[in-house]
Amino acid sequence: MMRHLISAADLTRDDAVLILDTAEEMARVADRPIKKLPALRGRTICNLFFEDSTRTRISFEAAEKRLSADVINFAAKGSSVSKGESLKDTAQTLEAMGVDAVVIRHGASGAPYRLATSGWIDAPVINAGDGTHQHPTQALLDAFTMRRRLVGRDAGIGKGLDGKRVTIVGDVLHSRVARSNVDLLHTLGAEVTLVAPPTLVPVGVESWPCEVSYDLDSTLTKSDAVMMLRVQRERMNAAFFPTEREYSRRYGLDGDRMAKMPDHAIVMHPGPMVRGMEITAEVADSERCTVIEQVANGVHTRMAVLYLLLGGNEPAVTHTRTEGN
Amino acid sequence: MDTQNSGARSVLEGPDIARVLTRIAHEIVERAKGAEDVVLLGIPTRGVFLARRLAEKLEEITGRAIPVGSLDITMYRDDLRMHPPRALARTEIPGDGIDGRLVVLVDDVLFSGRTIRAALDALNDIGRPRAVQLAVLVDRGHRELPIRADYVGKNLPTSLRETVKVQLAEEDGRDAVLLGAKPDTQAAER
Repeated sequence: MMRHLISAADLTRDDAVLILDTAEEMARVADRPIKKLPALRGRTICNLFFEDSTRTRISFEAAEKRLSADVINFAAKGSSVSKGESLKDTAQTLEAMGVDAVVIRHGASGAPYRLATSGWIDAPVINAGDGTHQHPTQALLDAFTMRRRLVGRDAGIGKGLDGKRVTIVGDVLHSRVARSNVDLLHTLGAEVTLVAPPTLVPVGVESWPCEVSYDLDSTLTKSDAVMMLRVQRERMNAAFFPTEREYSRRYGLDGDRMAKMPDHAIVMHPGPMVRGMEITAEVADSERCTVIEQVANGVHTRMAVLYLLLGGNEPAVTHTRTEGN
Repeated sequence: MDTQNSGARSVLEGPDIARVLTRIAHEIVERAKGAEDVVLLGIPTRGVFLARRLAEKLEEITGRAIPVGSLDITMYRDDLRMHPPRALARTEIPGDGIDGRLVVLVDDVLFSGRTIRAALDALNDIGRPRAVQLAVLVDRGHRELPIRADYVGKNLPTSLRETVKVQLAEEDGRDAVLLGAKPDTQAAER
C-alpha cells in the first residue's frame, strides 16, 4: 500500500488510470461557480519548498485550497534552513505541529524519499520535484493532457495511452520531467522516444523503457505528442553544446518542424518556455501547443492525488481497487 | 418468493417498479403544478437511472423535456475519513443550472438520511434551488437525521439485520428490490 508519491515509477497502471479518472472529475469542479470541495476539511498540508518554484507551489496550493485543506507554505529562503537547520529538524518541527501531509520540492535527488522513509515524520510525502530525479505530478498532468487531447475527454475514462507515440526533446540529462514521463508513459502503454544531443543523454539510458534518437526530424513524422524540455541554463555547468544557436537549429521546434508532425499531434512544454531557443513563438502560440492547458490540468491532477492519498483513513492508491477496464 | 440471490426475498419486481415510478411522476406533476421548473438530479449509481426513467415518464405526462442530471456526493460524505477514498462518480448539472428551480433529488433507498444530507451540501456548492424535494424508490426507515422523502415508491419497514438491495436493468440486468439477511460478519453500518 502506497502512502507517499515519491516517483512516477511507483505507480501501477491501475493507480495511474484511477488518478487520471479522478482528475477528470476534479476538472468538472473547476467549471462551477464555487470551485471548492470539502474532502480535506480540517487537514493541514505543508508545502515545503527548498527550491524556488512559483508555478508548482501555486498549483499545489490551488489544489489544496479547492479541497478545503489548511495550507502552510514554507520557503527555505529566509527560513531557519538558511541558518543551517537540517531536513530532519524541519521535518520534526512539522510533525510536532501536526501536519497531515508534506509536499516537498528539494534540490537534492532523493530528499523526499529520505523524508518519507526516515521515520522523522508520519505524514504522507508528495514529491514536487527533487533534483534531477523525479517530478511525478508533472508526469501525471502531462499524461492527463495527452489522454484528453489524443483519446478524448470522456472516451479516455478508464483508459491508458496505449500505442500513442511520444517524443521528448531536449535536456534529458538534467530533466526530472523526462525521467518521470518515461516511467509513467511506459506504464500507461505509450511508446517514448527521447531526442537529445549525445552530451545531454544520461548514462544508463539503455535500461530505460524508451528509444533514444539524436535526430529530431526523423521522429517528428510519427509522433502523436512532442514534449519540448526547457534548456536549464542554471544546470549547464559544463559545455554540453557549442552554442545556443546550434542547439536551437538542431533541437528547437519551429513552424517548419511542427508542419511535419501529423495533423492531430500536439506540442507540450512543462514551462517556463525559453522562447526562441527550444521553441519558437509561432509554435508556442499555436493551437497545437498545450502549455496553458497543462497548467490548468496540473491543478486537477494534484487535486486527484491529494484526494486519493489523503481523502480517507488510508490511501486509495495501490490498494484493493482494480475496477474499471 | 425466493430468488437465487442467497435467500433474498423480492419485494418489488419489474412491473411494480414501473408502476411506482409512474405514480411518483404524477405526484411530482401534481405537487409542482405542471413540473415546469423541475430539475431531476439522481444520486449515483442507481438514483441516476431512476431519475432518467422518471424524466421519461414526466415527459409523457407533460409533453415537455425535463432536465435530468446526476449529483455525486462522495466528497460530501461525513464518513469520508472512516474508509479509503472512494472513486468519484459523475456530477452532471443540466445546462440551465439549478438556480431558482425545483430540484427533485432521486435515490434508490432512503436509510439513515446521511446521503441526502451530503446531497444537500453538494447542492449548496452548485447553486441555489427554489426548493429541494426528495424522491426514493424504497424508504426502509432507521433515520439518523431529520430528513424525510416527499415521494416514496414503497415504505418498507426493515430491521437493521436486514439488507435492501435495488437492482435496475441498466446496471444489474433486471429490475427488483430484494430484502435479505445481513451476513453476521458485517456490523450494523450501511
